[in-house]
Amino acid sequence: MTEVSVAKEDKAATDELVVLKSVNKHFGALHVLQDIDLTITRGEVVVVIGPSGSGKSTLCRTINRLETVDSGSIAIDGKPLPAEGKELARLRADVGMVFQSFNLFAHKTVLENVTLGQVKVRKADGKKAEEKARALLDRVGVGAQADKYPAQLSGGQQQRVAIARALAMDPKVMLFDEPTSALDPEMINEVLEVMKQLARDGMTMVVVTHEMGFARSAANRVVFMADGRIVEEATPDQFFSNPRSDRAKDFLSKILHH
Amino acid sequence: MFDFVKDYDLLGAFWTTVQLAVLSAVGSLIWGTALAAMRVGPVPLMRGFGTAYVNTVRNIPLTVIILFTSLGLNQTLGISLGANDVETINFRLAVLGLILYTSSFVCEALRSGINTVPVGQAEAARAIGLSFGQVLRHVVLPQAFRSSVVPMANVLIALIKNTTVAAAIGVAEAALLMKEMIENEAQLLLISAVIAFGFVVLTLPTGLILGWLGKKVAVKR
Repeated sequence: MTEVSVAKEDKAATDELVVLKSVNKHFGALHVLQDIDLTITRGEVVVVIGPSGSGKSTLCRTINRLETVDSGSIAIDGKPLPAEGKELARLRADVGMVFQSFNLFAHKTVLENVTLGQVKVRKADGKKAEEKARALLDRVGVGAQADKYPAQLSGGQQQRVAIARALAMDPKVMLFDEPTSALDPEMINEVLEVMKQLARDGMTMVVVTHEMGFARSAANRVVFMADGRIVEEATPDQFFSNPRSDRAKDFLSKILHH
Repeated sequence: MFDFVKDYDLLGAFWTTVQLAVLSAVGSLIWGTALAAMRVGPVPLMRGFGTAYVNTVRNIPLTVIILFTSLGLNQTLGISLGANDVETINFRLAVLGLILYTSSFVCEALRSGINTVPVGQAEAARAIGLSFGQVLRHVVLPQAFRSSVVPMANVLIALIKNTTVAAAIGVAEAALLMKEMIENEAQLLLISAVIAFGFVVLTLPTGLILGWLGKKVAVKR
């Protein structure tokens, strides 16, 4: 842990991209996020793991304010997250998001899914947007499906299109909210491969996942959450081989031994 | 047997019915969509207005609304909607009344369509930086319209038949002509049959065509 925090502070002075400070959120009586402090530096890949209901998805969704927070502050690239309106929309455009259920626009072709944001938000020229979209679709390996509708694609293909759609906005950071949880087992790897490639290319990523293999191989840091709190932060090696908290030991013992 | 029909301008009367229906349909679609946008929007004041409007207007009998446009708006407040002769004024007032009434049903049909669009798609649209208006225009409404074609067809058929209420303020459409014919001829059943047939000619294809269209444009999920 000492190594990590030193490395973190070195970078933190210059390049804090996402900063959450004492963030609290309730769903009714449920205190779903409790005093969350989390700093993500540029180029870092942070994997958030933890049992269901621990607040990890909510944490991910607060970063682009799909969930509001009750107290605390969230800043992206030095700018505090605005509450509503145009400012918020502009900031969201800089934060890519990939959902568990893909959420592609069902009435638009794959290509239109990837060009919509470029044209309407970035005001890009139609032709340029299409070129970029095709390049991105090729990059995630679904270039041949550009003119199909989402319903005609497999889950893995849809999720890769969703990644391309988010990348088309040139985001500063990408949020992945359990991107492989709704996929058939045989399609998980094609999505994880794309994500690993993104990580290698230096994209800043926050990934909520149950894929421990991905956490081990692609993460710079693992954040373990339970009951609305960040219980433990460590490098993947440290976390998986030598977890410090009992809660993490318990969690790992349940998922790793079968 | 149908000789008496020649003495009346049946086609002219039905043409007025069609005009009433088409103009009211277009107006209701626009105002109803605006109401639906208010009801799903983020501004509490507009949400409140949309809800109050729909719940008030759809529960008032159409006859009362149409009579109000004539007695209230025109004769009391002097609103003539830019027309000078009584016939045009009454026609326009009837269209206004039909729009005010029908848009509350259009709003609810459209809202049922909006509910078929998964919440996640609106979230994804917001997440790429689209504003509320853009989310509605480019993602939610196009899908909502497609899945509300069939309920909209019901609203349109009801509207076509509701145009007969315009007779209450003297608009020379099919129902007013029917009243006149019944007063002049001893052919009650035949006259009713002719008018009823005229409406079926208008409404049956509407339902069939929109039913087919609804299937054709349905969004595959």
